[in-house]
Amino acid sequence: MTAQPRLVGFACRWCSYAGADLAGTSRLEYPASVHLIRVPCSGRVDPAFVIRAFQRGADGVLVAGCHPGDCHYASGNLFARRRFALVKRFLEYLGLEPERFRLEWISAAEGRRFAEVIREMTADLERLGPNRKLREDP
Amino acid sequence: MPRIGAFICHCGLNIAATVDVERVAARARAIPGVVHAETYKYFCSQPGQEKIAEAIRSSRLDGVVVAACSPSMHEATFREAAALAGLNPYLVQIANIREQCSWVHSDRETATVKAAALVAAMVAKVRRDQPLEPIRLPVNPRALVIGGGVAGMQAAWDIAEAGHAVVVVEREPNLGGRMAQLSETFPTLDCASCILTPRTAEVARHPRIELLTWSEVREVSGYVGNFSVKIARRPAFVDWDRCIGCMLCQDKCPAPAPIAFEHGMGMGKAIGVSFPQAVPNRPVIRREYCRRFQGRKCQVCAKVCPVGAVDFEQAESCREEKVGAIVVATGFDVMPAAHFGEYGYGEYPDVIDSLAFERLNSSSGPTGGVIRRPSDGRIPREVVFIQCAGSRDPDRGKPYCSKICCMYTAKHAFLYRQKVPDGQAYVFYMDIRAGGKGYEEFVQRTVEQAGAMYLRGRVARVYPEDGRLLVEGVDTLAGTKVEVAADLVVLATAVLPREGARDLARTLKIAADEHGFYSEAHPKLRPVETMTRGIFLAGAAQAPRDIAETVAQASAAAAKALGLLTRGELAADPLVAEVDEARCSGCLVCRHVCPYQAIEPRELAARKVASVNPGLCQGCGACAAICRSGAMGLHGFSDKQVLAEVGAICL
Repeated sequence: MTAQPRLVGFACRWCSYAGADLAGTSRLEYPASVHLIRVPCSGRVDPAFVIRAFQRGADGVLVAGCHPGDCHYASGNLFARRRFALVKRFLEYLGLEPERFRLEWISAAEGRRFAEVIREMTADLERLGPNRKLREDP
Repeated sequence: MPRIGAFICHCGLNIAATVDVERVAARARAIPGVVHAETYKYFCSQPGQEKIAEAIRSSRLDGVVVAACSPSMHEATFREAAALAGLNPYLVQIANIREQCSWVHSDRETATVKAAALVAAMVAKVRRDQPLEPIRLPVNPRALVIGGGVAGMQAAWDIAEAGHAVVVVEREPNLGGRMAQLSETFPTLDCASCILTPRTAEVARHPRIELLTWSEVREVSGYVGNFSVKIARRPAFVDWDRCIGCMLCQDKCPAPAPIAFEHGMGMGKAIGVSFPQAVPNRPVIRREYCRRFQGRKCQVCAKVCPVGAVDFEQAESCREEKVGAIVVATGFDVMPAAHFGEYGYGEYPDVIDSLAFERLNSSSGPTGGVIRRPSDGRIPREVVFIQCAGSRDPDRGKPYCSKICCMYTAKHAFLYRQKVPDGQAYVFYMDIRAGGKGYEEFVQRTVEQAGAMYLRGRVARVYPEDGRLLVEGVDTLAGTKVEVAADLVVLATAVLPREGARDLARTLKIAADEHGFYSEAHPKLRPVETMTRGIFLAGAAQAPRDIAETVAQASAAAAKALGLLTRGELAADPLVAEVDEARCSGCLVCRHVCPYQAIEPRELAARKVASVNPGLCQGCGACAAICRSGAMGLHGFSDKQVLAEVGAICL
């Protein structure tokens, strides 16, 4: 399975994880590259999680949460937005291609959008090839 | 090392058709610490749960991974099953290999490999889980119902009758909602007011129901069992406590005003009630039409009021209510005129929508129940009803069926013929959907007794000619073009969520679908609950539905709310934050990001540390992500657990 890029997704349980479930109940096919990690809120995602994923060989990382204003905890996604704007710049500074990391707002009703984001990211990662920049030697 | 059991569910063929479950089980067995792995057709079934329980006991498991459907489906089921077998329920994790694997991937090989990785991630996670005890929380026994239509009233009534206090918030000045606007109801042709008015009166005088009309919910904080709700009441400019409801003000007011209740068919006054049977029977001044508020010298209402209740200085007032459960019953709107250019709706006065037809038909309506067309007051001899105006039209309208239109159009055609025996009704339809007790029979009566002519096909356009309206359409069954000269055209416009429904969803932190209808927690098994515990749904706010279904759902929502309110105490998930005091530096950055004010400083020997109140903490993890010393942990989603998941996925 080396041909398939590895995409690690952190999805908030209220919106994006539920949106991914909706993609499932709607039988929307998308690449198997993505493996979701369920978190309570996008604001729970520590930048260390993202860095670790890249170090362990992830080719791309997605952090997905509720749309701004819709956070189940009122403000968690706003913290995520600020935090990952910095993390994204930091990753690019390290030499990582910008397409490898995305922060997306996907609501529980947006199964279609979830599938779309995964398709887009997977296509980008296939084009970029494996992440060699941050990957630790196995 | 903990002893883990992995249970891979076939879910019939839902998983097994795409994922090689036996291979997933074999891969799981190879993970160090996994001492038991098996597959079964349906682990959620009783024998399936028994298999898990048996393995917990015989293999002395201290961690369970169930690879099955989404945790939102059966996490609770499997946690309970584990608890019955003596395992702490928080030592159970779900690998979502259905919604996020077998249902979205078709290649068996990749789906199997992914499923195995998802199982490995959960094994890594459960290994780092700690046994936890649920948190006990007090429950406020009062309820809030948002919306005073037939749904809200039914829910409020049921909760109040069971002995609990209820606050009803209604945006309009009076109770009744959409149903109060209707003339008769299908399929029995009961008069809507005759059914509704006694109910409004009962609700209004119930000792445990408090009515807050002309009011809106502004803010909601707190959580299940302990909500705090800020409610704003718009100024009525009449002191309702003083007012005796004589309505002299309305009689004498010189300023006409179009009131929403008449839906464009009739005028009210700038001061007054929407309809004579309104409850509470108290007037409001609509400032945009009041002469005095427009800068003129009128004070007629204040002068004629026998009790001096008119108060032009009244301001908005705000109050806070504490409740344990909330029922949302905000109802529906219909699609506005702008959508129907080809039918001339909004352009020709004799093209109206069905809600306007209800007003024309209503004995308390602007025409006293005589069906007169708006342009010249003549009694229409030919009426064309156009169904699916905006519904089942994914390109220009809404893709969904509005559900109630087939039946109310049949009712309209029937009532029209009763009132105008020599008149002819034409109904353009796509399909007749008359599922419901006595519904199909009623449609047949409309065809046979009322002689309504049903034409299967769509209308291309409507245009005026010689004082009538020419309706051009097709009859797809006969395969011919049809042209009808009509005196009145009635559009069965699509049902939409109430204006502002999305804003309210944000305020309540509940989900709405792409159209703005509120989302239920599960379409089959939890139809009146939302994903936010303690908030329930009733009526057309959730999807288009008729009165009978709305009332049934409202009673269901009330029953669910009562199930919560009668408990006194509630067990909440202990997946909350906890401080490792040895590592805490006392910087309290966590305190600033906490949306619930759940973190307080605590004196510890010579230093200060953060301390989490588990009753207030909702487990969002903002504090854990921001803690610089790694002292703030989140049960169930600890740094170690998430990093272990990352490691397992990337292996």
